[in-house]
Amino acid sequence: MEQYNKKVMQHFLKPKNVGEIKNPDGVGKVGNLVCGDIMHVFIKVKEIKGKDTIYQIKFQTLGCAAAVATSDVVIDLAKGKTIQDALKITNQDVVRELGGLPAIKVHCSLLAEQALSEAIYDYMIKKGKKVPKELEEKHKRNQEHEKNFHDKFKCEK
Amino acid sequence: MSSKRIYLDHSATTPVAEEVIEAMEPYFSEKFGNPSSLHSFGRESRDALEKSRKQIADFIGARPSEIIFTGVGTEADNLAIMGVAFSENAAFGTKNQRNHIITSKIEHPAVRETCKYLEKRGWKITWLDVNSEGLINPRDVENAITKETILVTIMHVNNEIGTIQPIEEIGKICAKHKVYFHTDAVQSYGKISINVKKMNIDLLSASAHKIYGPKGIGFLYVHQDVKIVPITHGGGHETGLRSGTENIPGIVGFAKATELASKNMKSEAERIGKMKDKLVKELLKIPGSRINGSKDQRIYVNINISFEGVEGEALLLRLDEKGIAVSTGSACSSKSLEPSPVLTAIGLKPEQAHGSLRITFGKENREEDIDYIAEQIKNVVGSLRKISPFKKNW
Ligand SMILES: Cc1ncc(COP(=O)(O)O)c(C=O)c1O
Ligand code: FES
Repeated sequence: MEQYNKKVMQHFLKPKNVGEIKNPDGVGKVGNLVCGDIMHVFIKVKEIKGKDTIYQIKFQTLGCAAAVATSDVVIDLAKGKTIQDALKITNQDVVRELGGLPAIKVHCSLLAEQALSEAIYDYMIKKGKKVPKELEEKHKRNQEHEKNFHDKFKCEK
Repeated sequence: MSSKRIYLDHSATTPVAEEVIEAMEPYFSEKFGNPSSLHSFGRESRDALEKSRKQIADFIGARPSEIIFTGVGTEADNLAIMGVAFSENAAFGTKNQRNHIITSKIEHPAVRETCKYLEKRGWKITWLDVNSEGLINPRDVENAITKETILVTIMHVNNEIGTIQPIEEIGKICAKHKVYFHTDAVQSYGKISINVKKMNIDLLSASAHKIYGPKGIGFLYVHQDVKIVPITHGGGHETGLRSGTENIPGIVGFAKATELASKNMKSEAERIGKMKDKLVKELLKIPGSRINGSKDQRIYVNINISFEGVEGEALLLRLDEKGIAVSTGSACSSKSLEPSPVLTAIGLKPEQAHGSLRITFGKENREEDIDYIAEQIKNVVGSLRKISPFKKNW
């Protein structure tokens, strides 16, 4: 099998961003339809210099080494970013930041992108913010995905 | 990376034994002749080839002429199944064709994929279920046999969960109905005693690298009354069933490995069995763990255990970091991203297969290491549960 690079292994063996935030402003919970992995992202948001900014963010993941590493990195990428900028983070950014993933593991990085955008969506809804059209569509796709996920895996969450 | 290294993946492969290397050594350059050559160089090799063949035949109660050396265990499986399927006996494509093969859902890919290959080309394949213990019911084999059945292929010991199939009973049934019986004995050869005649086995595959022999050498036992056709064509080596100049060092190594296995089989079964039981006991203390596959109809080297709320590839890689080498049936670690078909066949839910670990012992393992292994597995399961979103209190 194609091996993980050093950076991926570092993030997998010693993830820095694991945890659960009490009373988060937003939570994203997603499952990976392909293999049954699960990721949760928790965020705290406050206004910094007039912009809504993610100032605290943590994750919990049940999954393979790539799932854990991509989770850890997406948190690094989103931390301290404005909501607007955080929404621009894609799985490609995550893969790039990790210096690449084995081809078969790229799908794991989608989970990281989805969990982050779901957390932001949750935050926006809770705070009564106007959800951008793109995010709304993404959320719909994620929900569809979630439904299929639960049909396939029927796991507790 | 830890300085301690403990190999617990002996069903994947084993290190070549010192004695085996010694036995092979002369056959690389000192005695290098082609066994087909008539001169003394050739004779030296031919003698070694035939002596090895006899040793192996004796070990399973076969005649030397019934042992066909192949490139690997996989090739032996292919030769057995396709060799029967394409034989005149099967009369494929004629009115009297016997184009039905019975196999199981837990076969190694070497058998499974060969049967699928035939299925795509017009063969009828019955894929027998196993029970939740991972065992075939011989009665299901009997019920599946029809006039068209030519072959039953059921493995002896499963490579993932270590279950021992009732091949003696299956052999009897096949003999009664005059259907050929092939068994993939790659995981049992050298660990459990086998007598092909007593067990009514018509074809049997084995591989050297699972028993401290070299990689790239296997054999197929073919009962003298079973007419199969070759799948490799050429100069007519191995009574025409496997053309190609014989891998003499490999064959000599296989014979030596067989001799050692035969000598150590009993004591190792006891020594390793004890070690395995001890580790199982320790691991089952971890909450949310379960053993996969039968507890008693099981090869003594194998543990297959699932831990809820963790993923197997992550488990494997974190254990590797502690110097412990194991394997997993998790979807995340498979090329297809599907959970192991064997674990699915015994009724594991995807999330249970997800957290599965296979530990297979071998001759270098020591009882003193069991506590360390148990401790490390406990720690790693704990560390992964800590980062997992599952809310259970383990
Ligand atoms: C049950 C079984 N059959 C066949 C094989 C294939 O043997 P080889 O690696 O020699 O091709 C293996 C090895 O993985 C096995 O475990
Ligand atoms: S999430 Fe299962 S392969 Fe990575």
